[in-house]
Amino acid sequence: MTALHELTAEAAIRAIEAGETSSLELVDAALERVTSDPWHAFLAVDEDGARERARAIDANGERPPLAGIPVAIKDALSTRDLTTTAGSRILEGFRPVYTATCVERLERAGGIIVGKTNMDEFAMGSSTENSAYGPTRNPWALDRVPGGSSGGAAACVAARQVPLSLGSDTGGSIRQPAALCGCVGIKPTYGAVSRSGLIAFASSLDQVGPLARTVRDAALTLQAIVGRDPLDTTSLEWREPIELPAGERLDGLRVGIISELNGEGIEASVRGAVDSAAATVESLGGAVEQVSLPSVEHSLSTYYLIAPAECSANLARFDGIRYGRAAEGADSLLEHYERTRDEGFGSEVKRRIMLGTFALASGYYDAYYLRAQKVRTLVVEDFARAFERVDVLMSPTSPTTAFPLGERTDDPLSMYLSDVCTIPMSLAGLPALSIPCGFADGLPIGLQLAGPAYSENRLLGVAHALEQALALDQAPPEPA
Amino acid sequence: MIDEQTVRHVARLARLGLDEGEVARMQAELSGILEHVERIRALELDDVPPTTHVESVANVMREDVPTECLEHELALREAPATREGGFLVRGIGA
Amino acid sequence: MSADGYEPVIGLEIHVQLATRTKMFCGCALGFGEPINTRTCPVCLGHPGALPTLNAEAVRLAIATGLALGSSIAESSIFHRKNYFYPDLPKAYQISQYDEPIASGGQFAVLAEDGITSVGITRAHLEEDAAKLVHLGAGGRRADADESVVDFNRGGTPLLEIVTEPDLRSAAAAAEFLRQLQLTLRHLGVSDCNMEEGSMRADANVSVRPTGSTELGTKTELKNMNSFRFIEQGITRELERQIGLLEAGERIAQETVHFDPDTGAIHVLRSKEEAHDYRYFPEPDLVAIVTEPAAVEEVRSSLPELPSARRARWQEELGITFEDATVLSESVGLAAYFEEVASRADPKLAANWIRNELRSALRDTTKQEPHESAVTPERMAELIGLVADKSLGAKPAREVVLPELIETGDPVSDIVERRDLGQITDEGELYALVDRLFDENPDQLAQLQGGKDKVAGYFVGQAMKATGGKADAARVGEIVRERAGL
Repeated sequence: MTALHELTAEAAIRAIEAGETSSLELVDAALERVTSDPWHAFLAVDEDGARERARAIDANGERPPLAGIPVAIKDALSTRDLTTTAGSRILEGFRPVYTATCVERLERAGGIIVGKTNMDEFAMGSSTENSAYGPTRNPWALDRVPGGSSGGAAACVAARQVPLSLGSDTGGSIRQPAALCGCVGIKPTYGAVSRSGLIAFASSLDQVGPLARTVRDAALTLQAIVGRDPLDTTSLEWREPIELPAGERLDGLRVGIISELNGEGIEASVRGAVDSAAATVESLGGAVEQVSLPSVEHSLSTYYLIAPAECSANLARFDGIRYGRAAEGADSLLEHYERTRDEGFGSEVKRRIMLGTFALASGYYDAYYLRAQKVRTLVVEDFARAFERVDVLMSPTSPTTAFPLGERTDDPLSMYLSDVCTIPMSLAGLPALSIPCGFADGLPIGLQLAGPAYSENRLLGVAHALEQALALDQAPPEPA
Repeated sequence: MIDEQTVRHVARLARLGLDEGEVARMQAELSGILEHVERIRALELDDVPPTTHVESVANVMREDVPTECLEHELALREAPATREGGFLVRGIGA
Repeated sequence: MSADGYEPVIGLEIHVQLATRTKMFCGCALGFGEPINTRTCPVCLGHPGALPTLNAEAVRLAIATGLALGSSIAESSIFHRKNYFYPDLPKAYQISQYDEPIASGGQFAVLAEDGITSVGITRAHLEEDAAKLVHLGAGGRRADADESVVDFNRGGTPLLEIVTEPDLRSAAAAAEFLRQLQLTLRHLGVSDCNMEEGSMRADANVSVRPTGSTELGTKTELKNMNSFRFIEQGITRELERQIGLLEAGERIAQETVHFDPDTGAIHVLRSKEEAHDYRYFPEPDLVAIVTEPAAVEEVRSSLPELPSARRARWQEELGITFEDATVLSESVGLAAYFEEVASRADPKLAANWIRNELRSALRDTTKQEPHESAVTPERMAELIGLVADKSLGAKPAREVVLPELIETGDPVSDIVERRDLGQITDEGELYALVDRLFDENPDQLAQLQGGKDKVAGYFVGQAMKATGGKADAARVGEIVRERAGL
């Protein structure tokens, strides 16, 4: 039999049901890899809690859909009594007093939380190098980044530490690391998953979603967490349940390749892999055409005004009074604020707070923030027009494969460009996912699929069919 | 693009106590980002409404029914400093 | 220094705590005087990841208030974030409505000593309250305290901020506006409006201008007033201060001032070195409030009759004056009392008797309001009826019956009988009396018949004396002339 840590969630569930293993054995196998963690994917591990829950599930006859499956949670999600830092020094040692709704739902579905995964501080970054606790390493090449901000969540799935994890995506933070680590990552429709308990970066863009090794595992996870939550008034009623995809054909499907995201600025190997995925779509019965989204070229600018503006307010609560770290020995309240926040935040977070504060400041609001909100309308309209012609849009997830640690840390703009393919869907609130579509020099390449709001089932179906046809599920090398 | 005085003003608004080096670096970096972002200022947007929410839902409210509050001890558990059951703040008058 | 030649221009900003059970954006129960930090949750403590959820009852109460103020209710209104750092503001932004408030426009009329003033309503918007800072320093004053603690029990309390146009022209009118507003909001059940407990707080924007000018002078914002009396005193002092400055040839600076009720002095607050820049932007965590006309009508139909509507109805249907109507609608109990009496007696007489005779008699004795007194509406109507049909003289009614009625609550007829105050209604008795007086005073009768009409008054006086005041003087005068053959 395959080693326990190699099992997908679906396979593990079958194995438990067949009596071949137990939840405790699965959790033990996961904990072994989570505690050794050569990738530094984890910031906190809950060994005792995980084993206790596993024993309880093994003892209990009930079989919710994910019963007994070890899962990892991005450290941006609040977990009661389990340290939650959002990758920031300012929340060092912070133990939340409540649990995020999506985490509660995952637990109710039987998932067993083994720990919290590393991330760029407050989800701001594309490499996990902005974590105050050191970067996560890409399981395919330890000297390269796993992407970000959900780098730990992607790496832990790719490295077979756990089969499933939850990440969060504001401008690509699930999809891009999924692409760079060679796993599946879904950013659902805005509002599909409750944000209650997700430490906010940019509230109008943030969305929680699953990372997994297979599309079906991701669907299984998404199934457990979607739906309206009374604690988040922007969460949506989910009328059509998420289905586990099974089909292998794409007959009649109309796929559009976003022409603005398949040329300049995209690495040749990445373009090649996307083109061959398009050929696969056709071989499965689908039709592929080029679709232009003119406003896409302004998406990055728009995003880097809206997201920082919202973050400047969202991160204002970190003041060292009710929780978190406080500067010591300040003589005045002003000094307390300024030093607490200067010492507690890393440079990227400060940069975004500064940018956002500037964009909202008196005299600049109309020129920057308001204009950005208007361009956002253009982006929304571009997608609406595109979806009159095609069912699904396709693009690379990331313009490049995983880049070396340190390569972009001194150039914020080059780092921002990592998200150029994923940001447009975030601005429009649309569901999008990334699946592996090839390798270049031993590094995974991600394919992004996007659809209209609520089209998760169709996207999962297309992704599953392509996944089966491409047959790319490989394990990265074990670290020495 | 963005001058030093503006950087200091914005840092004060955001309560970020930047040191001299950070101010200079921030000025350079923000200027670079803003230069990129400037592109949207050339767009014709007069007739375009802003999008603040991508959803079209409205009137999502909560009934006026009390829910359980945090135990006092738990409410204060994570505070860096407390006194007499409250969150301690120093130097307000300073 | 003289106020002559200057016209005060006053506008008000009133914060009213809405009478909901829970906070604006979380389910924490509201209380008053609970132990410190026992009414909190992740939302009102601003914990990471906690999201606001809008209290539907707060929205309903805001709509009710808007309707009472004659405002139009916005079809769509949204919340903004108002960003600033202070320890009593856990998220470092206040969720508040900004340029799309739930209610805007409207008029609210009040009667003050200097007449009726119709005050324009600019807007009413929803927001959350800040928490409470408790200063631990020796004097309890901010500057003395180097340590403070934050109590978040009050943080997140739903507030409605009502802003008026600068339509008030005196300190007394401003105070009266607030009294009438308090009355209305209590009547609607929108708020306790308890100024001492802070559930109603008012700031005044005060300026003066030369009489006859239509331009606005520089205004100051007068804050920290927690009673009607202090508001009136504070505005009066501030007006005096501003006029003093102008008379001395100085300019008024746009600043915030405090009134110290202990000393009666106005203190100018140190202006902040850093100008506020609240960086308002639409709150992404909350969706819009969309109010369909049908929903507004539903709220409207659920409202009790407003004091202003009742006043208008009384003026139109009962023919009483605005002044009477205003006084009598001051409380729900008094208004109901008046309506009950007016349904059984002449409304104008009822208004006059309740407002003047009954209230002043009560003020001098039991210190009760009419509806709290032993004088039931039935008894009051009976008394008014007896006076109206001349069975009882106005003077004995006021001086004898009313005090006894207040004391005993007995039927008026019993009191009249007991005190033998019934007016002589038997015409035969009056004719016999006049005939007897003519017999006894032949000289005076001759003078009367000779054209000295004044002498009729002599006979009326004699008749009143003979009956102990129980005769109807006017009727006696008529009988005297008739019998004298005039």
